[in-house]
Amino acid sequence: MNNVSPARDNSGRASLWTPSAREVERQVARTAINRKKILIATTSSILVLGALASLIVTSPGWQVVKETFFDWSYGSEVLGAISKGLIVNIRLTIIAAILIGIFAMVLALLRTSRSAALTPFRFLATAYVDIFRGVPLLLVILLIGFGLPALRIEGLTNSVLILGTAAVVLTYSAYVAEVLRSGILSIHPSQRAAARSLGLTSSQTMRHVVLPQAVKRVVPPLLNDLVALLKDTGLVSILGVTDAVRAAQIASSRTFNYTPYVTAAILFLLITIPLTRYTDRVLAKSIKRQNAQGAA
Amino acid sequence: MNVLEVKNLRKCFDDNLVLDDLSLTVPDHTATVLIGASGSGKSTLLRCINLLDSIDDGSIYLDGREISDPGIDVDEVRRSLGMVFQSFNLFPHMSVLDNITLSPIRVHKISKAQARDEAMSLLRRFDLADKADQFPDRLSGGQQQRVAIIRSIAVKPRLLLLDEITSSLDPVLVNEVLSIVRDLKTEGMAMVLATHEMGFATQVADEVCFLKNGKIVERGPASQVISAPQHVDTQDFLQRVHEAGRL
Repeated sequence: MNNVSPARDNSGRASLWTPSAREVERQVARTAINRKKILIATTSSILVLGALASLIVTSPGWQVVKETFFDWSYGSEVLGAISKGLIVNIRLTIIAAILIGIFAMVLALLRTSRSAALTPFRFLATAYVDIFRGVPLLLVILLIGFGLPALRIEGLTNSVLILGTAAVVLTYSAYVAEVLRSGILSIHPSQRAAARSLGLTSSQTMRHVVLPQAVKRVVPPLLNDLVALLKDTGLVSILGVTDAVRAAQIASSRTFNYTPYVTAAILFLLITIPLTRYTDRVLAKSIKRQNAQGAA
Repeated sequence: MNVLEVKNLRKCFDDNLVLDDLSLTVPDHTATVLIGASGSGKSTLLRCINLLDSIDDGSIYLDGREISDPGIDVDEVRRSLGMVFQSFNLFPHMSVLDNITLSPIRVHKISKAQARDEAMSLLRRFDLADKADQFPDRLSGGQQQRVAIIRSIAVKPRLLLLDEITSSLDPVLVNEVLSIVRDLKTEGMAMVLATHEMGFATQVADEVCFLKNGKIVERGPASQVISAPQHVDTQDFLQRVHEAGRL
């Protein structure tokens, strides 16, 4: 919120001087204005949210929806199974995030390198990113999950969990590689010139000067991708992995009650909302830092 | 013995000839000062000497060895050249000490302890010892530029290239930076510097070159080029500098 006339904290200044009569007057006026703003915000929130709630509750189908989607006694009954499924999502997210980090970094470095020897790899990396950014994740999961086992290659895993994770890693690496690449390209050429003029080779320049700054700069978008990754791990349920989504599906198909889906959604939100808030805070901090640098 | 020899150097950006048949000789322990308006080619010349920009004709020799040879190891050449930029270009994610020791440790393979000791003694010498663990954004412009100079001399270069190092500084901070350069000159460090500070140029220069449109129009000791310019273009330039209150 950007208040035009915030209630300022004068506690720190009180010891410096005694506020003039005019300043005291202003403080009283500011407090009154703020109180009025809070009142307006509260009233409008109650009105809008109340209208929305009454619209839903008074709709003709509400009674049925309430029973099939918000049956909390059934919800708590299946909570254990869905939570167990969610652990699968979380573990998958952590393992995938680590693999994506490594793979995406390799892709980003290949795409930004100018080395002649790496030309074919640079070309392959570009093609890779183009393909996996352009194909829906669900399709990649289906193709890998059902296609690879069909090849019947000796020693290749048939575990749907591993194949599903591989599909997620393949797709997300393409996204994350592009985020990292944009970070690398955003570092001003003068930093590179300074490093090279000190005799650092181009790979030393990348490692010690460009990458540390680039990665720091793209932390907010990377956290964003982490939230998206956690949600998208739910897609591997289509291969039969018993994650939170699949657990909810099993529970609801048994009784034709959809509350397990809502339960699963709430469980996902319990993790993603704090993570998103944290991302926003990191982003705000990094914008502040960059603005401060620009002003200096 | 000449540290640097530039022979018939030409450099163009697209159709624009920025350095036009330019030749320059820098004997050891001397300072060559480049003056001239913005766009006259001073910065480009320094960047070409440091191999940061490629050249389009002519040749450059460092200690008698041609460094404009296409097969040359540019990293190896730059190890014996120091460069300081107008915009400091310190590494913002590293402390002052790490900025200075990066090249000694990574490029010159000096032990960490020794690199730290040498960096600290340079910092002490230029009154910056208390800033060793600070990050660049906590320093004033003058302090940042002094650190950048220390960073460039920490690798004991044969030749120092200074590109308008005081142009982005507050006037009251200019002198603390220039006094370091004066010190280095007294010690016998060979240097080529581009500057708009004519008083300073007069103090340190063994030779002053006035550049216009990528050519050296007039060259000689400061007592001639700055105090009694012969060429009409030099006179005109210095007149304008004078009017701007910089002389």
